[in-house]
Parts: sequence; C-alpha cells; structure tokens
Amino acid sequence: MLTNLEWLLPVPADYRARLKALRAAIAASTDPMIVEEELHALSLARLDLNQLGHLAGAAASHAATAAAHGPLARLRVGLLGSGTLDLLAAAVAGSALRHRVIATVATGDYGSAIRDAIDPSSAFRNEHFDTVIVCLDHRSLGLDQPRANATEARAAVAGAIDTINAITAGLADSVSGAIIVTTLVPPVEPLFGSFDAVEAGSVTAMITAFNAELAGLAAAKAVILVDLARIAGWVGLHHWHDAGQWQQAKFAIGPDALPLAADAIARVLGAIRGTSRKALVLDLDNTLWGGVIGDDGVDGIAIGQGSARGEAFLAIQQMALALRQRGIVLAVCSKNDEDVARTPFRDHPDMVLREEHIAVFVANWGDKATNLRAIAAALNIGLDALVFLDDNPVERAQVRRELPMVAVPEVPADPALYPRALAAAGYFEAITFSDDDRVRADAYRANAERAAFAGTSDMAGYLQSLDMVADVRPFDSVNRARIAQLINKSNQFNLTTRRYTEREVAAMEGDTALATLQFRLVDRFGDNGMIAVVILRPTDPQTLEIDTWLMSCRVLGRRMEEATLFHIIAAGRRLGATVITGTYLPTAKNRMVADHYGKLGFTLVVAGEDGSSRWRLDLADYTPPALPMRFTGPSAV
Amino acid sequence: MDHAAIMAKLEELMIDVFDIDDLAVTEATSADDVEEWDSLSHIRFMITVERNFKIRFLNEEVAELRNVGDLARSIAAKLA
Repeated sequence: MLTNLEWLLPVPADYRARLKALRAAIAASTDPMIVEEELHALSLARLDLNQLGHLAGAAASHAATAAAHGPLARLRVGLLGSGTLDLLAAAVAGSALRHRVIATVATGDYGSAIRDAIDPSSAFRNEHFDTVIVCLDHRSLGLDQPRANATEARAAVAGAIDTINAITAGLADSVSGAIIVTTLVPPVEPLFGSFDAVEAGSVTAMITAFNAELAGLAAAKAVILVDLARIAGWVGLHHWHDAGQWQQAKFAIGPDALPLAADAIARVLGAIRGTSRKALVLDLDNTLWGGVIGDDGVDGIAIGQGSARGEAFLAIQQMALALRQRGIVLAVCSKNDEDVARTPFRDHPDMVLREEHIAVFVANWGDKATNLRAIAAALNIGLDALVFLDDNPVERAQVRRELPMVAVPEVPADPALYPRALAAAGYFEAITFSDDDRVRADAYRANAERAAFAGTSDMAGYLQSLDMVADVRPFDSVNRARIAQLINKSNQFNLTTRRYTEREVAAMEGDTALATLQFRLVDRFGDNGMIAVVILRPTDPQTLEIDTWLMSCRVLGRRMEEATLFHIIAAGRRLGATVITGTYLPTAKNRMVADHYGKLGFTLVVAGEDGSSRWRLDLADYTPPALPMRFTGPSAV
Repeated sequence: MDHAAIMAKLEELMIDVFDIDDLAVTEATSADDVEEWDSLSHIRFMITVERNFKIRFLNEEVAELRNVGDLARSIAAKLA
C-alpha cells in the first residue's frame, strides 16, 4: 500500500496520450491555468520512475516557456547527495506537481556534494537556488563503519554534523531559502544484533544519534528536516537499500522505494511554498461511522469500542480530531437530511467528533462538487486547500472530475486502513508549528459564529459590538515563523504575492531602511491571531513603496484594511515620506484585491496590460477614518 | 511467455522508458540505435524490465547483454 502510493489512482490507460496532448498544449503556449491543472492531474497517479521523469520534463519545458504563471507555485531546487542523483531529481520534480509546485531540480556534480556547497566558485553555488536538498547517506558522512568505543562514536557523529553545518554555512549566501536535510537511513545488516541499539559504536547507534542531532538543528531553524528514516521504516529497510543497485548504479535509495522517497521530499517543498492543505472535508455514512444514519438510525450505526468495525471508524474520528488540534479545519460534506446527519454528533455517546469541531457542516442532496465550493467559500480558503475523504468511489470520481484541485485520496476497502491512507498521502505536511496553528480550528469556528451574529444587527453597530483590539508591531523574532508562514501561504488577499523565506524575514527585523508591520486582532469571540503583514521599502527619500501587503481573509469586512493603511501612513510619516505607492500584481488567486488601492483612496498611476496596476497616495490628502477598534503595541498610533 | 511475447513486451516498455511513440524494436536493437538510450536511461530500462517481469539480474549478467534479443533470451531463461 505505501510502497506503491496507493492513496493515488492507478495510472490511467491513456496516460501516454494525455502526456502527448499536454506537450502539444505547452508547445502551443496554451493558457497556463489549463496546462498546470493538467500537469497536476497527471501527477495524481501511481507513476513509476519513467513516468515521473517524463512528466517532470513537460513541467520544466512549460516553466521555461510560459509567459504567465498559472495556479501552481514555482521553486528552483538544487539537490546535493550521495551517488547517482538524476533519477531522484526527476522523481522529486514529478512528485512536486502532486503538491502543486513546479520544481526545477538540478543536481550537483557526481560525488562532490560537499565541495559544491563549500567552494565559493562552484557552479552549483552560482545557480542561486530557492532551496537546496541535502540527501547524503551514512557512507558519505563517514558513519558506515563501526567505531571502537563511545568516545570515537561521538567524535564520528560530531564530524558528520560538522559536515552538515559546513554545507549549510557554505550555501547560506547563495541560496535564498532554507536548506533541507534528510535523516540517515540505517542499513539492514546488524553487527551484534539487537545489541546494536545499545552499543554506541555500532553504525545503527551512530545513525540514531546523528538523526537526533539533526532534529535539534531543525528545531533551531538551521535546517528543514525530511525524515527519510521514518519513510524508510514505512516500507522496510530491505526495500529501501537495494545492495545490487548501489553497487551497479550507485543508487543510495533503491528503485522500489524511490517514488515514495521523492514524494516525501516533494511534500516538504510544497510546505515551503505554502501549498499544504488547510482543511479536511469528511463524508459521513461509511466514512465517519459504519452504516447509513438515515436507514440505520443512531442506535444502528457502527462507531466506538465493542466491535472491530466500530473501532475502525473511531480511529478515523480520532485522527481527524488530532489533525484539528494541530490546526487543520474540519468540515462535513454529506448526502443526508441535515437534522438526521447531525444526530450522531449530538446523541451518540461514542462519537469523538462533536458539532463544535466542525467549522462548516453541509448535509443536503446536492452534488458534492457544488457543496465543496460552498465549504471553501464559507471558510474563505481556496479549493486547493481542501482534502476530501469519502468511501464512495463514485463521489470521489465526480469531485476529481469537477474540481481537480481538491485532494481526494483513494481509500482501501477496509476502513481500518483509512487513517493510514489519509496520513501517508502527506496532504498536511508542515515545516513549523505555531501558537496560531494550535487555535486555528477554533478561530474558524468562531468566525462562523460571528457571521451568524452579524445577521442580527446593523454593520457599524456589529463592528462596535465586537470590542476589537488590534496589536501593531514591527517584525520580531518571536513572531518570525508565523510571519514567514503567512508570507508564503497567503494567496487571496495578497497584493504582490512576494514570497520571503524565514531567513529573509529575519534580515528585515534589523533593517532600519525598511518599515515592517504585523497585526493581530482580538475580539469578544477570541483571538484571530496574526491577520496582516506589511513590508514598506523607500524608493526615494520622499516615497515609501508597499512591497508586501497581505491579510487573512478571516477578517474581511472588519475595516482592518483601513486600520492597516492608517498605520502604513504613520510609518511613512515616521520615515519622512510624503507619498505612499502601492502595486497590484495579479495572480490566479488574488483578483479580490485588484481594486484594493482604489477603494482606499489611492490614485491610479499606471495600469499594465497584464492586469497589474500602480497606485499612489499623497500623505497630505489622507484623512484618518474613525475606526471601530482600539490599537495596542509598539507601532500603534 | 514465449520469445515473441517477451519481445513485444520489451518494445512496449522501451516506448515508455525512452519516451518514443514510434520505436520499432528488433532482436538486433541496441543502445547504438536509440538516441535516448544512454547510461542513465539504461538503468531505468533495466529497473523497469526487472519490475515488469518480476526478475532480478546479476550485475555480470547485465554486462553480457549486447542487444534486445540477448535481453529477451536472458528473461526467458529466468522465467523458465
């Protein structure tokens, strides 16, 4: 199941014909929207190494020739590692399409990973990649032979970590983003046997120690970790290490395991580019419980301890709840009468999921694609942020056909394996975990309550009654991870969609030439978390350009746009500017802010043929509005 | 699986591996005849053959193969 990526579809019979048609479309400069959705759709199958490579080739030619960007993110990736890397590079590029990233992956010279990183004149360094994957094995790091005692073992592990640090330090200036490092996969062959785990000088023990130190580097944000050791455990070391292929072709990862390894790396590339999914939409009958609630009634459905079938569905609910606790929003999409569908959530004692956990509950007899559109709209997130779990292959096929950007896992016949299929697919891959993530699902729930509350009173009175308090401060190290996360994830309310890595955000904190702002918003229903990020750059002594302005769609209609502009103006006055300029750069997703500056009273300077526009506002012309909120924090005015 | 069936399957796999729609494969076809058949795609080809026929080659066996006909006979011997 895991080796073959069985949460994906079998390769369609017309795969080669579709690839050929796609190449023709790319050659004919077809609309990037169509080309990129087809690249994504073709990637959603259990492709072998040949097919991954061919698809990656098509994606690369599209990226090289397309005049405009479509819905997929872009990433220029360097790959350093042990042995022959070409197949891994192609497989990572092909797999990245599944995670809605067009990654061009270039490899370093054979056997020279460390030199490529450390030598300032290396061609690799001069490529200036967005990110670099360091995929070394235990041989390249000198951990392939046992050491005589614990002291020597410690020195060997420290030496291997020093090598990683030297590589990341060498690459720091030439790579704009984070360095990804993979954990080491221990060899199959025991020396002592189980005692390898006890004896510090064994290869296994040294690799375990190295991986623990690497996790420490990742926790300190020095690297981003891809835990290949864990992935290898999924499929077994015997499949991972193919001794014959290592000796013949120097494949550090055996061909059987390579598609899975590549996907594990690719999903982290997605997380870096902010394409990880945000919400899990659940079917009900035979997905969250066994049986059909409309026929079997609350007493008749299978859920909870006492039967194997009930326990299987309990495990699915427990996984959904655990995902919710790490910030994944839950929704329900079911063909049912709503009252009937809600009954188990209210009345069944063994249900782990309760109504309060579901941000949007849609139960009707309409088609699921339409309902998924409504769920995305209600949550204010894109359809490409949804995962849809449904036991019914007909429903899955309908959603895939209508909404190719929604992730729809194939599930095995046995519901006992649903959690494994869902988790192994890697839809919710994360590279950080912040306080905002911990409370996100509650925030979406509270938003639904606010919407209901808004229906009962006039708008101005409603906003006043929210008791809003906005905290305004410059970028700081405490909030750095969340700021970088927003910069890389926000698509809709984002004027320029400029992506900056966490390291670049850190550099802005100390840059006195810039002005940076972060906003948090608390109201009577709870903490909305960070809801706006602004970067201001002077273009001349009188002019301050809004390099980046993004907001969380959760707070639309709360007059936070005006509140943010109010603080941009204040920052401009502090820096002695007399004019604020702003730019709108269109993408497939940010049309909602096309007239953002016009609405705020800016004057149009120039409108480009590509839909972009430049705007200006003279500070002398600005009248501060009366806003329905209080401001706190060091940048508040 | 007889020799002709193995040859037909190999042609199908080679079309996929080398990404050429109109590839005509004979007993004598070798890497010299197919521009896309280089050292790297050769490895992909052998991996693909091993997976599809559910067999494994020893390194020295691979070294002795001169053309597709040799490969088909080697596969037949392993399947027998």
